Amino acid sequence: MKQMKYVVAGAALLVGMAAAAQAATLDDVKARGKLVCGVTTGLAGFGAPNDKGEWAGLDIDLCKAVAAAVFGDATKVEYKPLSAEQRFTALQAGEVDVLARNSTWTLSRDTQLGLDFVGVNYYDGQGFMVRKDLGVSSALELKGATVCVQEGTTTEKNMGDFDKANSLGFEPVKFKENDQARSAYDEGRCDAYTTDASGLAGERTALKDPAAHIILPEIISKEPLGPVVRHGDNQWGDIVRWAHNATLVAEEKGITQANVDDVKAANGADNTAADAEIQRLLGITDKMGEGLGLSADWAYNIVKAVGNYGEIFDRNIGPNTPIGLERGLNALWTKGGLQYAPPVR
Amino acid sequence: MSDTSMEKVIPGNRPSLPPPVTESGVLGWMRHNLFSNWWDTLLTLAAIYILYLVIPPFLNWAVFDAIWQFSPEVVQDGKQPQFADCTAISSGACWIFVRARFWQFIFGFYPDEERWRVVLTFILLVGSVYGLLSQRVANKKPVAIFFFVIFPFLAFFLLHGGLGLPEVPTSRWGGIMLTLIIAGIGILFSLPLGILLALGRRSQLPIVHLLCVLFIEFARGVPLVTILFMANIMLPLFLPPQFEPDILLRILVGVTMFASAYMAEVIRGGLQALPKGQYEGAMAMGLGYWQMMRLVIMPQALRVAIPGIVNNFISLTQDTTLVAIVGLYDFLNIVRAGSRDSNWIGTEMEGYVFCAFVYWVFCFAMSRYSMHIERKLHTGHKRH
Repeated sequence: MKQMKYVVAGAALLVGMAAAAQAATLDDVKARGKLVCGVTTGLAGFGAPNDKGEWAGLDIDLCKAVAAAVFGDATKVEYKPLSAEQRFTALQAGEVDVLARNSTWTLSRDTQLGLDFVGVNYYDGQGFMVRKDLGVSSALELKGATVCVQEGTTTEKNMGDFDKANSLGFEPVKFKENDQARSAYDEGRCDAYTTDASGLAGERTALKDPAAHIILPEIISKEPLGPVVRHGDNQWGDIVRWAHNATLVAEEKGITQANVDDVKAANGADNTAADAEIQRLLGITDKMGEGLGLSADWAYNIVKAVGNYGEIFDRNIGPNTPIGLERGLNALWTKGGLQYAPPVR
Repeated sequence: MSDTSMEKVIPGNRPSLPPPVTESGVLGWMRHNLFSNWWDTLLTLAAIYILYLVIPPFLNWAVFDAIWQFSPEVVQDGKQPQFADCTAISSGACWIFVRARFWQFIFGFYPDEERWRVVLTFILLVGSVYGLLSQRVANKKPVAIFFFVIFPFLAFFLLHGGLGLPEVPTSRWGGIMLTLIIAGIGILFSLPLGILLALGRRSQLPIVHLLCVLFIEFARGVPLVTILFMANIMLPLFLPPQFEPDILLRILVGVTMFASAYMAEVIRGGLQALPKGQYEGAMAMGLGYWQMMRLVIMPQALRVAIPGIVNNFISLTQDTTLVAIVGLYDFLNIVRAGSRDSNWIGTEMEGYVFCAFVYWVFCFAMSRYSMHIERKLHTGHKRH
């Protein structure tokens, strides 16, 4: 499987070079009349079909935001579920226009695959969960612990690195699928269970007695998850990057799905007291959309369709959902988090 | 009472007594089969103990403690049901999950208002297969023409769209429907292809022989996962985007190739089981090669090979679950995706149990049908 990875990466690179020459994804998308968005095959809160068969999740809302920016219509998306093995080649081969599939931004992925990561829509990191009655309050106290983990993932590697750096002598118990690892932990086969922190919170709700488990404070890895586009089509990269940024600026300015029309009306072009950045964002003054190759109301359409970043977060993975994640690192920079958008100017 | 008094009156003419209860009926059967010596007794007791450990908790979970429907208060205001509503009430199985997603499990993402097309296709399929196989239908020719010539096109237009019907791209197909399509097409094409390959492998013509051997050994030499992986991930890298065939089509070709290679070997086994005299006799009657195969050899060879053929069908049906690795939502995968909806995290067990039950029903039905065919054809390979 390892060799396979290099073959795929190599082939992807070759095709990537060839594809870079043709580019102009925006024209293709417009001609097709819909955006093809590569998404996860199912990850709670980030992308999964709901009871009605409609896709929903944090990554799905990013796809909708891009479609809203391009077409003014968030429904013009075809979701293409991709397995972990498929995702990068599918993007390379042009089967999808953008990949919004909880993919970690790393140097090698950014440089060796002919792909570009254009933003971070969720700052994740790997954590540990243990039983309360184990009496442990830090991952550093887990000496010689058995740990349930999914096999063949960066999760497993990170755990190995952490183990080595702190000489803890973990005994990993490996499983092919994440849900198998979780239920094995639930049945008491391991002292601890490790996966990305965003997963831990959701998985805890699936345990027999969620209240009997705690998530340890240590985050042992950086997992910035974000959308990916093909290398070489910078205009398209700009569009996806600013589709995410627009939701951040909107949150910063307090523009929501519900009040966007009021805000737009209150910040008319002839209003001297108006917020200039809001005017630029919503296309009231300056046609910022032109630089992206989009209409002036691109950002208005995004907020109207999916809301600002805070709304997207709360709707999919926030405290009132079964996933129940706090904003944490994903709070706006003004509130001590890392989500920061360059100014709309 | 009256019987005993009768016996006293006529001694010497007693009716033979039934065997003692310990030798006949349930008790006798148990004595002979379960408790005939100390070792058997030990095994029986151990088995009973294991069943005792497994079955009551399972039944409690799956039936007695299970939640089949919510009280109206839980789902009021059009609220989406979720797993937490179940766990709040009971620790048993949350069958609401299966209920809420039942139609999605069957049709995948096929649009609601177009689902009648799938149902109609299925009815036509079952109807014509029944027409072909049942003895009550005397004239099979029109049925055969319909099934082999008209039906494939009809099914394509019904399922995919065209001719005035709105298009439903294959990316929206899923669930049991997709599983049946992949298994059905694999079964339908692998049998004739397998026959041709088996004949080719036994052919005297060197090029035909070589090609067939190469194909069979190649397709059997790599795992199905590899073939699917190639068809889906490597192929697009070598083809320009505009010539790229539909993903489902690529997968169907891969599955059919794989299945027909295995089928060829099963049928070759059947061919080799026939004595040489059958060939010589047919040739002596002046039959040509294809006549000989069609009239004499194949009917016998296929009859011998039935258990193997059906075995292949069953394993093909189960292999369809592998298409999950290329992002298709077959039955198993769509059920799994269901428990990754944030409302349903933790319902994997319900999903897997439901899947296991449905797959078992399909495969058991196929197996029973094959036994029925074997009995009907008196192959002399009866099971005990």
